[in-house]
Amino acid sequence: MLRRAPPNLRRALVGFAYVLAGLTLFLVGLEAALFPLGEIMARQLTSVDVIGEVSAAGPDWRDFGWVYAFGAAIGFATTVAEPALIAVSLKAEEMSGGALSAWGLRVAVAVGVAVGVALGTFRIVTGTPLPYYIMAGYAVVIVLTWRAAKTIVPLAYDSGGVTTSTVTVPVVTALGLGLVSAIPGRNPLIDGFGLIAFASLFPIMSVMGYAMLVGGGKRGGGGPRA
Amino acid sequence: MPGQSRRSHAFAMARGLFRVLGGSFRDLLPIILVIAFFQIVVLRQPFPDLEKILSGLVLVVVGLGLFVQGLEIGLFPLGEGMAHGFARKGNLTALLAFAFCLGFGTTVAEPALIAVSAKAAEVAGTAGAIADTESARGTYALQLRLTVAFAVGAALVLGVFRILKGWPIQYLIIGGYAVVVIMTGFAPPEIVGIAYDSGGVTTSTLTVPLVTALGVGLATVIRGRNPLLDGFGLIAFASLSPMIFVLAFGMIL
Repeated sequence: MLRRAPPNLRRALVGFAYVLAGLTLFLVGLEAALFPLGEIMARQLTSVDVIGEVSAAGPDWRDFGWVYAFGAAIGFATTVAEPALIAVSLKAEEMSGGALSAWGLRVAVAVGVAVGVALGTFRIVTGTPLPYYIMAGYAVVIVLTWRAAKTIVPLAYDSGGVTTSTVTVPVVTALGLGLVSAIPGRNPLIDGFGLIAFASLFPIMSVMGYAMLVGGGKRGGGGPRA
Repeated sequence: MPGQSRRSHAFAMARGLFRVLGGSFRDLLPIILVIAFFQIVVLRQPFPDLEKILSGLVLVVVGLGLFVQGLEIGLFPLGEGMAHGFARKGNLTALLAFAFCLGFGTTVAEPALIAVSAKAAEVAGTAGAIADTESARGTYALQLRLTVAFAVGAALVLGVFRILKGWPIQYLIIGGYAVVVIMTGFAPPEIVGIAYDSGGVTTSTLTVPLVTALGVGLATVIRGRNPLLDGFGLIAFASLSPMIFVLAFGMIL
């Protein structure tokens, strides 16, 4: 359609082959090493040995400390390794002329996912309704949108979608489903999937918070090529 | 001496390789530490099948390194080249058609989406929403996939149009989430979880860099647009619109 080939077509195609090969190896490796282990650990952490017998009166949320800790830690760790997030944060650093650092952005998103997953597991344990949390979350997002520098807003919204990707989703879903099956009266279809919604909501807040902290975004008035 | 320069070239390449692999290893270190800590300190369990885990980790490190290299030399220039090409030709219809095809094409073949729609068809079959037969489930899964792919295509069209017009993103996104909240109240409960999930599965690892480079490229070449303010945000549209379309799909069927 464009008829004119991009200037470095051969180089771009080589890069494309790198991306495909890299992603394939990445996924094969994850399937072999991380996903089975993550699932086993999620099941063990939610087993009777760790949390004790769930009483008939319903679970006591204080018994699940290690579950929240694991949720936060694994949410943080898988997000840092998320390839799509690496791509977006590299672009953001370039376009802000270095005012936002790629590494800082990734850590900010990862902190958001950590808080989101920990709160999401707490919600599953207590069985409180998902819509309340999500609506409260969106209310905070709206307030922050008003307060934050305008240049960070699109990036913050993007980071919500980017985090729920290759590495994070399988591990976090396994944690949710393991937790749901360990607590009587929870529905896997309704309660198991809510975690992903948390994991995509909280990075929006943490990225706006990060931008307020470093004062980046404001100075990104046009990037290097403006 | 040619031999010596070849040797220093090989040395530089090896150093570059180590730098790339070191970067990937650093990215994966948190996962390794978290899993090791919980396995050894909290659960006090030995690692099952340690050899398989270590060889898998080597693949993950090498794969991530290749991916990041390929981003810089392949995907980013490709997306930006497209943006520059379309901006130079100034053909709006062609640009929007391309945006639609990019969204539709990368989503319809997305493995995560295929898995989710198959699971959704299974749920719908047992819940009695559709006939519990092989062919009815197949049709349902395919319709759901096409719905989500169409939603992502439409989202990129809207998102690219926003970049061209320079509309502020927050009104569109917050308005979109308001629509999701309202529709949730009217949609059949079985579809809600699937709808929320479909928003997350569409933005795959391959689509994100390409779409980001396209958006940022467009915002860079169009006069009066700011790459940070206007270039980002396509992913946000692509994760929002499938929720609306799948909720509507559940209400119509």
